Amino acid sequence: MVESLLKTAPAAEGRDAEEDELIDGVVAGSESHAERLVRTHIGWMRAVAFRLLRDDGLADDCVQEALLNAFQKIGSFERRSRLKTWLHRITVNQALMKLRAMKRLNEQPIDPLMPEFDENACRIEAPWPRLASTEEIVERESVRALVLSKIGELPDNYRIVLMLRDIEELETAEVAELLEISESNVKVRLHRARSALKKLLEPLLRGEAT
Amino acid sequence: MTDGRRTGPMRWMKGMMLKHMPLMITCAEFESFILAYLEDELPARERAVFDFHLKICRECRDYLAAYRRTVEVGKKTFEDPAAAVPDAVPEDLIKAVLAARRT
Ligand SMILES: [Zn+2]
Repeated sequence: MVESLLKTAPAAEGRDAEEDELIDGVVAGSESHAERLVRTHIGWMRAVAFRLLRDDGLADDCVQEALLNAFQKIGSFERRSRLKTWLHRITVNQALMKLRAMKRLNEQPIDPLMPEFDENACRIEAPWPRLASTEEIVERESVRALVLSKIGELPDNYRIVLMLRDIEELETAEVAELLEISESNVKVRLHRARSALKKLLEPLLRGEAT
Repeated sequence: MTDGRRTGPMRWMKGMMLKHMPLMITCAEFESFILAYLEDELPARERAVFDFHLKICRECRDYLAAYRRTVEVGKKTFEDPAAAVPDAVPEDLIKAVLAARRT
């Protein structure tokens, strides 16, 4: 699955000689090159895994599996994308496999967080005399923590689409392939996830939060 | 004055107008176009209809503004390094990966 995604990845602009040397060394079985690869990339890979799995232990397992997977496959890495892009896909895929194994990607209800309409299909939305600016919301550490915990309240099957599209910045087609769902389903889930998050963040967005 | 939930003749009239007049869409239809609108995937005609609904419907205007703000806030929140895991990667994790690779 990951391989087929990479075939569609745009050609990397100007190969990085240092990166080529690193990959060649790993492919040749050099221990020091392998260690350099791990040390260079494990930090951000762990951050990605943690964002998706929301658990330190799971994230560490995920990163270990992803790196071992990468070592196994690096001989067939075609270098049409940057090494980082390739490792990112592998990490995301590994995290999704873990979520799937834990049944955390199964369909879960999100209806209570959906926008409401009256019997004539008119939206029911209390007036917004004030909409807080992004800056005033994210400037405080405690408020950012609250935003993170609200994102964590989204059902996983919606949260993961929001994370992959809005935060990890994957394309709709890539997310569809990774999750084995249609592109239109990705779009529906992304929209619902954002709507639900809007509902969860309302007090913050209205500038009412403590 | 309006709490957004009020039912009454004005809301009823708005509903009828949106449902039956040419070049108008209901709020529920508007909802289904939001993602395509934001990703600039709507054909010109649909886009004009969407923009017109936005002009005449306070509820959808407020809703869309808050929705867009939500997306921005989400992105900005994750730009903060503290939102990620602690940046020091435990040495034993690195060692474990390298040991597992050798086996
Ligand atoms: Zn409307």
